[in-house]
Amino acid sequence: MTTLFSPLAATFLAAAPVISAEAQKAGIGKIGPTAITFFLLFIVLSLGITYWAARRTRTTSDFFVAGGGITAWQNGFALAGDFMSAASFLGIAGLVAKSGFDGLMYSTGFLVGWPLVLFLIAESLRAIGKYTFADVVAYRLRQKPVRIAAAFGTVAVVLFYLIAQMVGAGKLIQLLFGQSLSGYFPGHTYEAAIIIVGIIMMIYVLFGGMIATTWVQIIKAGLLLGGASLMAVLVLAKFGFNPLALFTEAAHQYNHPAVAAAGAVAAKPAVNVLGPGPLVSNPLDALSLGLSLMIGTAGLPHILMRFYTVPNPAQARKSAFYATGLIGFFYLLTFILGFGAMALVGQKQIVAVDKAYNMAAPMLAGVLGGEPMLGFIAAVAFATILAVVAGLTLSGASALSHDLWVNVVRGGEAPESEQLRVARYATVFFGVVAVALGLLFEDTNVAYMVGLAFAIAASANFPALLLSIFWRRFTTSGAVASMWVGALSAIGLIVISPAVWVDVLKHKEAIFPLRSPGLVTIPLSFVVAILVSLATPEAESRRQHDEALAELPTADLPLADQV
Amino acid sequence: MSPLDSSDHLPRGGALRQSARPRTLGFALSLVILAIYCGFVLLVAYGKPLLGTEIVPGLSWGILLGALVIVVAWLLTLVYVTVSNKNSANR
Repeated sequence: MTTLFSPLAATFLAAAPVISAEAQKAGIGKIGPTAITFFLLFIVLSLGITYWAARRTRTTSDFFVAGGGITAWQNGFALAGDFMSAASFLGIAGLVAKSGFDGLMYSTGFLVGWPLVLFLIAESLRAIGKYTFADVVAYRLRQKPVRIAAAFGTVAVVLFYLIAQMVGAGKLIQLLFGQSLSGYFPGHTYEAAIIIVGIIMMIYVLFGGMIATTWVQIIKAGLLLGGASLMAVLVLAKFGFNPLALFTEAAHQYNHPAVAAAGAVAAKPAVNVLGPGPLVSNPLDALSLGLSLMIGTAGLPHILMRFYTVPNPAQARKSAFYATGLIGFFYLLTFILGFGAMALVGQKQIVAVDKAYNMAAPMLAGVLGGEPMLGFIAAVAFATILAVVAGLTLSGASALSHDLWVNVVRGGEAPESEQLRVARYATVFFGVVAVALGLLFEDTNVAYMVGLAFAIAASANFPALLLSIFWRRFTTSGAVASMWVGALSAIGLIVISPAVWVDVLKHKEAIFPLRSPGLVTIPLSFVVAILVSLATPEAESRRQHDEALAELPTADLPLADQV
Repeated sequence: MSPLDSSDHLPRGGALRQSARPRTLGFALSLVILAIYCGFVLLVAYGKPLLGTEIVPGLSWGILLGALVIVVAWLLTLVYVTVSNKNSANR
């Protein structure tokens, strides 16, 4: 990485005038050599730590087998690291800065999925003895069709997650290097930034195969939590360490009653940043978003396997408790950071740099601690984005090579070397597609993008996962139909929703009115799963389910008496 | 496959049965968190004026309840972990 960055840095530092035009317009002070130097310094530092950490554990397959050695605390941090992406940090801070309370819908929604994962899924997962989403769904069903459908759902979730990370990273690079880039690519700094990010990501994934290890995630969680906490303390210090004073100031600056149209003055609706506002103006939108965020967590393919890295169920439960605490704390910080950016940076300034408010957090860092702080926070965000992208790309690539390629193209078997080759091509494929989609979604808030990934996970993966664990009469056809219908309907409704149909494809009016599809597609996926299962009884599936339940004499377990 | 510690190890146990008791509790607590969060979301959808009302200056019902949802969700995981770890230790 050092060798990659230093020539780049030299170019940028040489070409960069002291203040980038965008930053100047925004009035957030200089984004000059100091910020860039700090950015590069911390990127190199965190990549160095990551590299060191990655060498401490070996491969992912290693920790499957080992199944121990990781304490509950460490695993809690790793779970949190897997889950908290910098994109949601940038995106939520931006959404709160933009419309106050509405952004907090994401903070709460991303968190409440965790108790559900612990209460319903994690326990049974360990008991069944399967690691991955596809393994659990397929454990009592016919492997091939289930794996193909599961791989498709995984790839769809990964792609939407990737778009969010790409846009976030691209915006960061544009913010820092916009001026120097505009010298080479006038008028296309974002495009240039996204392509640079895509290249760096592919290099990172292809040459650093050991990314998704526990220690890397622990460090990532530490960096994000540390950076966000530092910022929150600095914000609160300006308000006598009283969050209510901060909220009052934000409300004072931005709340106003409705303005009626008068002559040339257009009507303006009332604004109350402390209550529900425009993002959830349609009640069904609020319900749909809430449902997707809550259920999506349990359908995320890369979270579930973490429950195996600790030695026993008691430790697994504890680690989920720690993770929920860390993630909850992080999302409470987004309250402070979002309102802090609103009050201290100002909406006009934020929107001048990025229409979708994705740069609210780094700009707030600039206001709080000048260029060094901006460089530091941007580096933390960028480094964590790289780690998330690597993990996502690897799980997407393995779904493509192990499940799709082997089962669809090769009829069930393929040599290891060939799978590895396919995984490499798949990585490049993900990189290119992510860059292309990142360009399309330039003006999208990244927390909203992550929310769409959750909606797909909730529709495609969660119903099949839940029913496979709990419903005796679940069948292969039911699972396959549910996963395909869930994934395709969610993607289809996203395409014809306002976010894509209007904002990206520039049509006048959206065909589907809701910005999140979950309210329709999650129940649809459940109904399809149940109806198809009832229509196609499968004795083998029932037998294996009963087998899992029946072997133990009930006397051993006085059920429910103490609960 | 995954090593179990002595308190959780049930010889020749059916895989799902082994987690049967945490399951009852898990279902109950799932309903609790679902009810709490759905209540919050329904308030966001249909109780906008109330959530926008400030209890004391700077603290609206929306912000208070949003923060409480996060804290309560976390406390529910504490309840679950405490009860089921105690049960598996006593077994």
